[in-house]
Amino acid sequence: MSKVIVITSGKGGVGKTTTSANVAAGLALKGKKVVAIDFDVGLRNLDLVMGCERRVVYDFVNVIKSEAKLQQALIKDKRLESLYVLPASQTRDKEALDPEGVGRVIEELKTMGFEYIICDSPAGIEKGAQMAMYFADEAIVVTNPEVSSVRDSDRVLGLLAAKTSRAEVGGPPIKTHLLLTRYAPLQVKKGEMLSVGDVLELLGIPLLGVIPESKAVLQSSNKGMPAILDETTDVAQAYLDVVYRFLGEEREHRFIEEEKRSFFGRLFG
Amino acid sequence: MSFFDYFRRTQKTASVAKDRLSIIVARERATTRGAPDYLPQLQQELLAVIARYEKIDLQEVGVRIDSSGGCEVLEINIVLPDAAQASKALKITSSAGASPS
Repeated sequence: MSKVIVITSGKGGVGKTTTSANVAAGLALKGKKVVAIDFDVGLRNLDLVMGCERRVVYDFVNVIKSEAKLQQALIKDKRLESLYVLPASQTRDKEALDPEGVGRVIEELKTMGFEYIICDSPAGIEKGAQMAMYFADEAIVVTNPEVSSVRDSDRVLGLLAAKTSRAEVGGPPIKTHLLLTRYAPLQVKKGEMLSVGDVLELLGIPLLGVIPESKAVLQSSNKGMPAILDETTDVAQAYLDVVYRFLGEEREHRFIEEEKRSFFGRLFG
Repeated sequence: MSFFDYFRRTQKTASVAKDRLSIIVARERATTRGAPDYLPQLQQELLAVIARYEKIDLQEVGVRIDSSGGCEVLEINIVLPDAAQASKALKITSSAGASPS
């Protein structure tokens, strides 16, 4: 049974690609066969964050336009057996995506045995974002505890309920999850940042997880290695929790309270 | 500095953000969720027509779609500037059958 999951937000720069990379890698760590598709045509980034940018030959649009076979475009991850990336085109624009083409590729991925198809949405609510969410069964709405992000996430929730394949045929609604990223417990405690509770009250969807603000995210994209692969960091632990919860396991929400750091902890960042 | 300025200054910014968001999210949900895309433009055009016959205050206008009861009702409320007497409201309602969505 394949599941199509869209990672969306509306607002840019909140952590969609980071989340796509880490959730895809996390599911692969658990032995699932996963593909992550970059829907940001013209501004591809998933390949960089996954560290496979030099191996991109054919892309998503090539496959849609039958200029290449899916097997030729898929990039197998060097670290995880069952993880694949379908990169976006860097030279075309979002008009190249159409529902029939995207649908065909997703169906083909399903017949290839992919259990999870992660759609990394671009920011905004135009073609790329619409196509990324169109065939989704579930959605992870990535939100920062910040006014623009919350408002945009709310708008996206409206689109998920109305402008998708499931909505149009009147099927069961897309299952939505909130992922609160770049959370800083200290600022929340001081009343300078919206809390988890605040955002949940405003958006009203179930909480999948909280990812703390962390230097590890920049380090991991610098290296082209999803943070989840270095278990020692807070971000890795947070994303691992997210993956476990997504697969149905109960995990307590960590990283919501300020952590008491030892002297050495503060010394070595 | 008035009493209210003092109060606002001691209210934490996260709390201000939450209040602002509650209002804006509620308002945007009421107007954009389930409402057709043409609604704002429809409102503008209808107001332009009415403005040719009556002097209306654009602030005193409400447009909404009510989808309850399996029937979609487009409701436009315009208060006419009949200053001397109690204002008479010009209420236009147009209903359609069960909506396809």
